[in-house]
Amino acid sequence: MTVALTLTVLLVLAVAGFVLGRRRAVASAQGNIRVLHSLPNYYGWHGAIMAAVPALLALAVWLILQPMVVERQVLGYFPADSVESDAARTLIMADVRRVANGLDVAVARGALTDVQAREVSTTTGSIREVLGTVGVALGAEVTPQVLEAAQRSRELNLSGAWMRTVLTLTLALAGLAYAIKVTDKDFRARNRVERVMLALLMLASTIAILTTVGIVMSMLTESLRFFSMYPWQDFFLSLTWSPSFQGNSQLGLAPLLWGTLYISLVSMLVAVPIGLFTAIYLAEYASPRLRAIIKPMIEIIAGIPTVVFGLFALVTVGPFLRDAFAQPLGLGTSGSSVMTAGIVIGILNIPFISSLADDIINAVPQSMRDGSYGLGATKSETIRQVVLPAALPGVVGAILLAASRAIGETMIVVMGAGAAARLDLNPFEAMTTITVKIVSQLTGDTEFNSPETLVAFALGMTLFVITLGLNIVALIIVRKYREQYE
Amino acid sequence: MTDATASGLPEARSQGGASLLQQDALMKRRNAAEARFKFYGIAAISISLITLCVMLWTIFSDGVSAFRQASLELTVTIDPERLDPEGDRSLESLSKVTTIGYGNLLSGALNDYMAERNISVEGVTPKQVGDFISRDAPARLRNMVLADPDLLGQTIRFSTFASGRIDGYLKGRVTMASAERDSNITPAQLQLADRLVEAGVLTSAFNWRFLTNPDASDQRPESAGLGIAIIGSLYMMFLVAIMVLPIGVAASIYLEEFAPKNKWTDIIEVNISNLAAVPSIVYGILGLAIFINFAKLPASAPIVGALVLTLMTLPTIIIATRASLRAVPPSIRDAALGVGASKMQTVFHHVLPLAAPGILTGTILGLASALGETAPLLLIGMVAFVANYPASPLDGGFFDPATALPVQVYSWASRSDPAFIERSSGAIIVLLAFLLAMNIIAILLRRRFERRW
Repeated sequence: MTVALTLTVLLVLAVAGFVLGRRRAVASAQGNIRVLHSLPNYYGWHGAIMAAVPALLALAVWLILQPMVVERQVLGYFPADSVESDAARTLIMADVRRVANGLDVAVARGALTDVQAREVSTTTGSIREVLGTVGVALGAEVTPQVLEAAQRSRELNLSGAWMRTVLTLTLALAGLAYAIKVTDKDFRARNRVERVMLALLMLASTIAILTTVGIVMSMLTESLRFFSMYPWQDFFLSLTWSPSFQGNSQLGLAPLLWGTLYISLVSMLVAVPIGLFTAIYLAEYASPRLRAIIKPMIEIIAGIPTVVFGLFALVTVGPFLRDAFAQPLGLGTSGSSVMTAGIVIGILNIPFISSLADDIINAVPQSMRDGSYGLGATKSETIRQVVLPAALPGVVGAILLAASRAIGETMIVVMGAGAAARLDLNPFEAMTTITVKIVSQLTGDTEFNSPETLVAFALGMTLFVITLGLNIVALIIVRKYREQYE
Repeated sequence: MTDATASGLPEARSQGGASLLQQDALMKRRNAAEARFKFYGIAAISISLITLCVMLWTIFSDGVSAFRQASLELTVTIDPERLDPEGDRSLESLSKVTTIGYGNLLSGALNDYMAERNISVEGVTPKQVGDFISRDAPARLRNMVLADPDLLGQTIRFSTFASGRIDGYLKGRVTMASAERDSNITPAQLQLADRLVEAGVLTSAFNWRFLTNPDASDQRPESAGLGIAIIGSLYMMFLVAIMVLPIGVAASIYLEEFAPKNKWTDIIEVNISNLAAVPSIVYGILGLAIFINFAKLPASAPIVGALVLTLMTLPTIIIATRASLRAVPPSIRDAALGVGASKMQTVFHHVLPLAAPGILTGTILGLASALGETAPLLLIGMVAFVANYPASPLDGGFFDPATALPVQVYSWASRSDPAFIERSSGAIIVLLAFLLAMNIIAILLRRRFERRW
């Protein structure tokens, strides 16, 4: 029975559980639902939960474990030394899977009977030709081991599917029977249903933790594999980045880190003054009506996907900067440059800084402004000498958050910054960043066994640590500041 | 605060005992500084708004033309002698003729038409005339004939796209001057295009196929379309919505209404706010390592994209949902508890319905940002060239390779032919239309159900 069919049967059983549980409870109270401990529907839900949840859990565990067991069994067909390395094992498993799928297709299309598929062997003829007739193309002739392993894995999968179905349905029926047995007018169904619901709510809230664990684990394990192939001193201290897939690459972090920081610096030089002045004007000068118009318009910028900014950098800003500044000044001939990417990221970050700073400026108590006006200060003097100093920690927090966004920004730099890893001061030269290299090392190629691809995980780890550090510092600063006025 | 008043007010008054109404030099300077400061604010706002307008304007002016397409209206005689050499009309013998044969047929039809009408421009060879026809057309005609062999021997009207350069000429992207330098087109061909427009064969019309066609290779920008990208994005949005809404709401309810204040919930909260600020590309790495390499899900599949986007939007949704749960006043909870509801009943019967509009608004905005996300999708292989439509969801379409709108924008932008920049901008217009629609729904929801306590 397929998984989908099993799930349908489970659904039917759950509905049955609901109906039966509810009916039995009402019957046990002789139709007077006021003597029931819980509302009738809770008895129904109890029945449904008992029928479905244990069975679903078993099904999920089975689905996760079965492929692992099958893989272990299948690998037994190959000599131990040929499956030692990760790469070889992946290749062999892929072969076995392809042949097994091919046999499945052949049986489904009628090219082989089920018995033939099980007993066919390499001595009787070419498997490749047989599978070729049903549209399954194999790269090379199948070795006897792979064929046997494929047959074994089909067998295991088939019997596994049977056992899985039997187990789940047994559990579902047992749960249903249990629920019906315990249902009675004094049974505390609501408490039990609510406990299950609470468990589900808790489970949902732990997904956030699981995500973090997943991020850290996936990057950490792959980074460690990278560092086992490539010395960490070279990664952190070398000044050249020149990967080559023939081996012998130099994978120094420094040029990428420099590009990232340089572009972020340029972007902050654009975003901080513009964002801050926007926030000041909106918070202190603008009339409520003007504010109600301008603020949403600025926030439109934040809602536009970054790939749009990327195209803008590529098509408009880059060529403009090249023709207006870089070429006349003799600084470079490239449309993609630190300036291009930096300015566009800066624009992207304006609404981010301005709305955070706006909130913070609004949180400064009015009494402080009134005191300053009372002493005769003009509005701008009040802002510069009273409001901004009071809001400074929050503003610094906002700037740090914006910096972390600039560092982690991907699409704009992929499309606007270029791909050349160099350590240079000229802002009109193309440079590259950590995120660009993560994309270029991981796109397309998915063989995870060379340092050239695995380096992306080390880069990701570096990026994660930098942005996380900035965020934590920013959050601490913002939190500390909030405590002052609340 | 003493600093604020130290800028010399008392001193100013003491100078000559001037009147308050008459400004002295210092006061003038201070007022000038005030005006300057205010001007900086206006300038900052203008810069951001002007940049926004310039950006949207360039994209729209580049992209609108993607929705129009030059096409050729040809009268083609499906010549049985050339297409069915064995004369038995069987599928086998028909499929022996490759698209080259059909291409010759089409280019012959155009040349015949020109000869008939006496349209000719010096220096245009018959082969160059054939270049007017999109490379897509022979394959389409071939499929038509294979599907319906009765067409053999008939004369049909066949509408096909003109090739990318000719299309660009009608839209003004390709000019006589640029054709001089272009090895794919000559100025003479452009003159011929003018003549064909006069004759009414070469026309330009709204191009639905931009929205329905699959992507096309580098040589045929004219037939590249967004069909697969739109389907992929819709699949992903559907999956993200059904995953992120229950999980996000459940997590927020637990954290806001039930969680005890302890170390564990503290960790969860700090975690969520940190996850909201993790760069999106990190989620791409996570998806690649866990869903593709570890769980062996197929690369480029909407399901993987949806899982990654779900994890990415979850923190934002949780933050928005918690805010709207918090906005429900405690008196509602107290009243429900007071008449004997359990804690769970209070939350699900009273608090949640009242918070629902806010939650929905937050979710739609979260989905909108997920729709525009590109970087993580690049890493899980959604940038690959996909020529076949994914199956319907019931046939496992969520596991078929597909692309997504923002990714299509990126992959077209990185091709060399400028015709793809137009396509890329056109794709952005479609993307922005979706985003606009989602935002309008969110705003309407908020207006309709907003409640002041």
